[in-house]
Amino acid sequence: MEISESEPQIELSENPRATWDGCSVLLDINDGDRLVFARLSAGAKVKIGNTNCSLQPLIGCPFGSFFRVENGAEGPYLARYTPSTEGNNVLEKGEIQSVDEFRDNRALVDNNKAQSLTGEEINAMRQQGATGDEIVEALIANSATFEKKTVFSQEKYRLRKQKKYAPIVLMRRPYTRSICEAYLKKYPNKIGFLRMDTLSLLLSMANVSANSDVLVVDMVGGLLTGAVAERLGGMGYVCNTYLGGSPYSMDIARIFNFGDEICKRIVRSSLTDLLSFQNGLPKRVSQDTDSCNMEFQPNGQISSAVSTEEVSLTSENVKSEPVPESTSSPVVKISKPAKLGEKAPQEIISSWKENGFPSLIIAAPELDAWSLVKEILPLMSNSAPFAIFHQYLQPLATCMHNLQQGKIAIGMQISEPWLREYQVLPSRTHPCMQMNGFGGYILSGTKISPN
Amino acid sequence: MLPVDPTKKLSFTRCISDGDLVIVYEKYDTMKAVEVCAGSVLGNRFGVFKHSDWIGKQFGSKVFSSKGGFVYLLAPTPELWTLVLSHRTQILYIADISFVIMFLELVPGCLVLESGTGSGSLTTSLARAVAPTGHVYTFDFHEQRAVSAREDFEKTGLSNLVTVRVRDIQGEGFPDEFSGRADSVFLDLPQPWLAIPSAAKMLKQDGVLCSFSPCIEQVQRASETMRSSFTGRLFDAVISFCAL
Repeated sequence: MEISESEPQIELSENPRATWDGCSVLLDINDGDRLVFARLSAGAKVKIGNTNCSLQPLIGCPFGSFFRVENGAEGPYLARYTPSTEGNNVLEKGEIQSVDEFRDNRALVDNNKAQSLTGEEINAMRQQGATGDEIVEALIANSATFEKKTVFSQEKYRLRKQKKYAPIVLMRRPYTRSICEAYLKKYPNKIGFLRMDTLSLLLSMANVSANSDVLVVDMVGGLLTGAVAERLGGMGYVCNTYLGGSPYSMDIARIFNFGDEICKRIVRSSLTDLLSFQNGLPKRVSQDTDSCNMEFQPNGQISSAVSTEEVSLTSENVKSEPVPESTSSPVVKISKPAKLGEKAPQEIISSWKENGFPSLIIAAPELDAWSLVKEILPLMSNSAPFAIFHQYLQPLATCMHNLQQGKIAIGMQISEPWLREYQVLPSRTHPCMQMNGFGGYILSGTKISPN
Repeated sequence: MLPVDPTKKLSFTRCISDGDLVIVYEKYDTMKAVEVCAGSVLGNRFGVFKHSDWIGKQFGSKVFSSKGGFVYLLAPTPELWTLVLSHRTQILYIADISFVIMFLELVPGCLVLESGTGSGSLTTSLARAVAPTGHVYTFDFHEQRAVSAREDFEKTGLSNLVTVRVRDIQGEGFPDEFSGRADSVFLDLPQPWLAIPSAAKMLKQDGVLCSFSPCIEQVQRASETMRSSFTGRLFDAVISFCAL
């Protein structure tokens, strides 16, 4: 494979194309079956099948690289690999074009005798250094029923075996979409069941763009804050506001590969602080300082918690305990993620007071939408668009009604995002078998001038 | 439309001035884009509105006509623009737009290629996503539409971020000057499979291609082409989706 790695440094630091030591990556194992977030370091490891593989070989490789497990002198390791066009897809070899096939499943008997290769024999092959592909070929050669299967079914069989014996790892940039999808699969409650299309709508409806100052109430683990910060690209601010004394978690925002410039633009402020400035009251020292330090001081721990988020789908060949602590060995400390979510400086809060926020997004499933909006909307500039996510319709309907009655906002709409994914294959296109049918609701609108 | 210029940023102190683009909001489904011009008037069913009355008011204000009717004046956003722009073609709406932007993995500074331009509904959102340091190059084979699109981007203040060119991407592919430089490519063409090999050439490693088609047959065929020209390349870009 020709790899043009020649000048990766030329890229904008906001959108680098190759990994570095301490970089956060998304490992997509077997085409989306299992998604693992990892922070690359010499000591970091990921468990693939039964083997623990070092992530060292991934450092410096371009995003979008494929890897697979190969046997080396010092045991299995991850090697860069180019999927061939010949690949597993039988249909690409042009063997068959038509669906009018003579083979069907009438002769298949499910008695577990089709495969003559035993587990011991496979293990023996492995020990002799057979590659995953060779094992797959051997399994096919020793399957009594393979030839009787339809071409489509053969392809499925091959793919299933390949996933088990020759897993493929695709290394991707952690981006809002992949992070959101990964969390929705594994820990949907941590992100308030926020689907990626819903999140994309929130960002659009609130007109998030560079140089804007976006106020967010993020009770979805920092996903929203991270998504906004990504769109700002280090220009403008995302202000993460919270009720009460302690800020909400922003852990997910640390999975993004934000540089210092972007991290500095992620700030937090309690709603009380924002409002007291709003009312022109003398500034008070915030009481939440202690609790925040608690959240931010044990940096090592936070990074270890974050760098090992694991999301997996299949039960096959996956031990679903999270990637062990070793992923963030002491090496991580050297290249720990930049600090984000500092307390907003007074002067910036005053400028927000003077100008108002041009953009608002709320994703706070645990709070009552109307009571929150009532408090927050005066902080917004006039003509500022807002978008509020909730898992349920009623709180938003109540909120919309009150905003209408109070003549506080116009152009309001409650949307229910809807997403259907398809399998697109020659002669086999249909909606995917398993989908999330529930994307929650969004109330969007524009604040108007009270006079 | 975008806060590229800090003085134009929406705030309590930012007032409507001569030459600004405003969205005149009558009701939920009736809006209109108007360029403020001191001597000009706007007439609608609520009466006659003098633009001069608007100047100095904040965005989001309620303004009255000679006969007491009222409308609201809103600051333009890509979402509002999508609702008021003149349809020269079928356009993409907000749900599809947001989804596409998310899938294209755009951040400020990206270079993105689009074909066709159509009415510029998506282009406006692409520009917002890559502003202020990125750029959108958008191509349409229709001379007249390209000219109208350029006028629109001038009006919405996006002309520094968007370049409109006349070119038949299905027939000729994207210009070689963008080879290996695009972070993302978006196709909305009747026969996207013809443009996919060229799109693949334009993309950086790990760049993303999105193709939007109204019909499943188009998606099917595009997806087959993607499979052959994208496999073995280091893209994770076989994203063919059908947004219904």
